[in-house]
Amino acid sequence: MRTTVRAVIATVIDQLALSQRARTWMGFDAEFSRALGRAGLLGLTLPRRYGGAERGPFARFVIVEELLSAGAPVAAHWIADRQSGPLILNYGTQTQREFYLPKIARGEAFFCIGMSEPGAGSDLAGVRSRAERTGTNQTGGGWCLNGQKLWTTNSLHSDYMIALVRTSGTPADRHKGLSQIIVDLKAPGVVVRPIVDLTGDSHFAEVFFENVMLGEDALIGAEGEGWHQVTAELAFERSGPERIYSSVLLLDAWIAHVAAVGRLDGETAVLAGRLTAQLATLRAMSIAVTALLVKGESPAIEASLVKDLGTTFEQSLPILIGDDLASHPEEAVDPELWRTIHYLSHIAPSFSLRGGTREILRGIIARGLGLR
Amino acid sequence: MDDMDFLSPFERLLEDQCAPAVVRAIEAGESAQALWASLHESGFLDALLPERAGGAELSLAEVGPLLQALGRFAVPLPVAETMAARAILAQSGAEAPAGPIVLATQGHTGPVPFAKVAQHALIDTGSKLHLVDLSDPRDAGFHHGLAAYIPAGLPGVVIPRPDRGLMPLLAVMRACMMAGASDKLLTMTVAYANDRVQFGKPIGRQQAVQQQLAVMAQKVIACRIAAQIGCAAGLDPSLFAAATAKQVTSAAAPVIANIAHAVHGAIAISAAYDVQLYSRRLHEWRLADGSEVYWARLLGSARLAQADMPSVDFIARR
Repeated sequence: MRTTVRAVIATVIDQLALSQRARTWMGFDAEFSRALGRAGLLGLTLPRRYGGAERGPFARFVIVEELLSAGAPVAAHWIADRQSGPLILNYGTQTQREFYLPKIARGEAFFCIGMSEPGAGSDLAGVRSRAERTGTNQTGGGWCLNGQKLWTTNSLHSDYMIALVRTSGTPADRHKGLSQIIVDLKAPGVVVRPIVDLTGDSHFAEVFFENVMLGEDALIGAEGEGWHQVTAELAFERSGPERIYSSVLLLDAWIAHVAAVGRLDGETAVLAGRLTAQLATLRAMSIAVTALLVKGESPAIEASLVKDLGTTFEQSLPILIGDDLASHPEEAVDPELWRTIHYLSHIAPSFSLRGGTREILRGIIARGLGLR
Repeated sequence: MDDMDFLSPFERLLEDQCAPAVVRAIEAGESAQALWASLHESGFLDALLPERAGGAELSLAEVGPLLQALGRFAVPLPVAETMAARAILAQSGAEAPAGPIVLATQGHTGPVPFAKVAQHALIDTGSKLHLVDLSDPRDAGFHHGLAAYIPAGLPGVVIPRPDRGLMPLLAVMRACMMAGASDKLLTMTVAYANDRVQFGKPIGRQQAVQQQLAVMAQKVIACRIAAQIGCAAGLDPSLFAAATAKQVTSAAAPVIANIAHAVHGAIAISAAYDVQLYSRRLHEWRLADGSEVYWARLLGSARLAQADMPSVDFIARR
């Protein structure tokens, strides 16, 4: 399987500079995602009848590990493959499964996740976007959506958003009355406005909903169960290899650099060894969480722990490697290596924001320890 | 086999025979004979021996949880070292002495944990192993510590040396004990934070304290996982396995010890309170058998020698 995925990666990777590959799961290439779909490498854990491969999460771990460490542009299918597919399989109706899952497995339906809003960041109970029922069940009712999402990764290029919205109550009701709905981003009333980030990319956007009319089957899972469903989904989002490998390309490029210039002294080895030992341990931790997911558990605390440690490691790489290279000013350094260090230094704060901030995760861990 | 099968009887034995009062007494210089006799009789010291030699023929991975328990109970004797020594001696058909054995590397001049309470040492000379009798080794002089210096040039029984010597195995076993002591400190610190009231509520309700404890928990679990990586490699572990285990645990040890002390406050500085039993060990073990930089340097040299290999291959394909 590693061989298959490496062959597909080889078709795109040579044309990409190191600093572009460092975008990893922020790098968008729809054609590459479809090529992975044709090779049977998407929707790996989905049942065959929905176009999947019925493989376990460990097989997916291997594929993802290869994609990320090569810096392949996986953003297009990333969220659909990682969490929307499993979510629809778990909570969707038969019709929803048959409609969305084969498209996800072919790399033809790209998803984004609508959680944050202007007034709801870490505190998602503050969600104000609201879906109101239209008509009645007898007349084949549906939903009318109004509101706004913010910082929605990849929404500009996605086909669908799974949004956390209020279907009853007010923010004062906290997590009660929230539901997940699937929004066709081409529907009338949806406006996606890209936001330019500090690296010049527009990987996230703000999304406005004005009287967006959705069918009855826009609701995914149970009405009012949105918070519960999102919490379960976040375990998938928080523990995967992407929380370890986002900067690993830089590590490999730095190791190639010191070997090329022949700097194999003790100080250099200490840094290489320290990072390698950390990476090996993080990988084993991520696999341990995957094993819990395989058992059907929802390891929220373990996943939070891996994400916090993993993103701390990822964030340290451009800092440590930048210091190392700049402490050897006599060495010739590939300009792409410098560009990558700067790109990663700038974007790295997002590593411990996306999928739950460091402070929120530590609160979850503390609660898991029995505090509060 | 489920490791709980032999972990719980081992923990019951330690609960019974190795209470903090016993640890303190032995550290204060009283005889360890009674504790050693109960460990010897339990059969656990032969856990790594083949069945034909009267052992349980367990792998190091299976014994790992027991080694962690040694740290969790602050066992004041070289139990892990003796288990390993007995297995290595059995491999070469040599008879193991009945007393506690420490492992050491010739030319490494630092203090050896538990040498003060050991009767024998198995010394790696670089080409052979020498089993020597220890009589009154020089105390390292750490307050209530059990480390001592092993004199050079002791005569002894010569047996073949494992390919990689004793240091990697020692590093893995020490990492397990550190993971256990760390786990105990976490349990104690969480309990204390829930108990201790300041500003009208348990200090564990303060977000600043919660953040500290979350960091501590992460480090403790990283130590356990790193120790497991080490144990998976068996009795003659690879450089990768040993270095990962000991680098991660040694680097985490001061952070874990410091948070345990910070959350407890002044009470943990007192000798009568148990935190010091574990925090002293973490600091001593961090420096024993190679610190974090020692192992990082060795692992890094191996990594740089395969510079064209992606990191994912280096760590995953072994």
